[in-house]
Amino acid sequence: MLNQANLGLIFLSAFLVNNILLIKFLGLCSFFGLSKDIKSSIGMGLAVIFATVMACCLSWAVYNLLLLPLHLEYLRTATFILTIASFVQFEEIIIRKKLPVLYKAFGIYLPLITTNCAILACAFLGVDYKLSFIQNLVFSIALPAGYALAIILFASIREKIDVAPLPEVFKGAPISFITAGLMSLAFLGFKGLFKL
Amino acid sequence: MKIDFKNFVNALWKENAIFYLMLGLCPFLAVSSSVRDSIGMGIAVIFVLAGSNVTISLIRKFVPSHVRIPAFIVVIATFVTIVDYSLAALSPQIHRNLGVYLPLVVVNCIILGRAEAYASKNNVISSLLDGLGVGIGFALVIFVVSIVRELFGNGTILGHQIFGANFTPFLIMIMPPGAFIVIGFFIALKQGIERRGKKC
Repeated sequence: MLNQANLGLIFLSAFLVNNILLIKFLGLCSFFGLSKDIKSSIGMGLAVIFATVMACCLSWAVYNLLLLPLHLEYLRTATFILTIASFVQFEEIIIRKKLPVLYKAFGIYLPLITTNCAILACAFLGVDYKLSFIQNLVFSIALPAGYALAIILFASIREKIDVAPLPEVFKGAPISFITAGLMSLAFLGFKGLFKL
Repeated sequence: MKIDFKNFVNALWKENAIFYLMLGLCPFLAVSSSVRDSIGMGIAVIFVLAGSNVTISLIRKFVPSHVRIPAFIVVIATFVTIVDYSLAALSPQIHRNLGVYLPLVVVNCIILGRAEAYASKNNVISSLLDGLGVGIGFALVIFVVSIVRELFGNGTILGHQIFGANFTPFLIMIMPPGAFIVIGFFIALKQGIERRGKKC
């Protein structure tokens, strides 16, 4: 199980072997929506890393320090989504007031994160795997880093596809999916790194 | 009270959540490798969509508009929790296979999208129909795609051997890349059908 693995292994597992986008299929709406050019994919990647680390640590604390001692595990879904939604709102206000440069860089991507399933999945998986706080911290850095890696790579490929000659019916969504499938195939190769 | 049947049909094919709107992809791609799991996921999505659409339509007049999104999310999360626990009791195996994708239905963009775009503006019966239409549209597509993936990836449908013992499974179909590639070809097929329809 992941909670017995050392920190390096947890990082590699979440970053490459179980890549959140290409192997676990989470956060796909933004993956296809915001990968039209490299610049916006970098913005989205950074915004997701930033929000996931904070939000996952917070929901880890809420679950282990509040829900578990009170035996309220069945409220998990509702509390996590509310924690994340309110946290992203809060974060947006703080960044807008204190770090206007960063706010400009994140732009519209920050509010979009609330409904990004990658973040909620990170919170759920951290709890499901029964990770300790430090393990959860490493996990919640590696997971969105894998997201950023995949979305930036995909955007770079997509810029080339846009000018390539294609059969009419494959234009747009179909070719994006097939490209993602080939990338996913490449990522499956990392499975050989270790057994878990 | 006007009941909107046209919208129901529209949601099934022309504006299908998966093929046209590209919403709700996460559970769709992850679960469609087995027919049994996709039936479970389809039913879960239909139930959550219909339930949350009806509830949101009922409360739409009391909820102030600036807190409506959190209110909708709480309603959806309640239905997801109901499904999560009922499925764990009714069929522990499907519940285990669906894993983290079942609670993640709560952030499925289809559901919040329908709540915001339709149920918060329309009457109860129309909202119920809309929820059923979008849900059934999702369930049908996931069912068809899972048949293709399980048949070629495992040589079975619902666990029954179709091709006999000498068949070597086309393993990639049930692995993650297969999901992307199969759905890519399906969308190409839908685009092809629609283009042909326009030409005639």
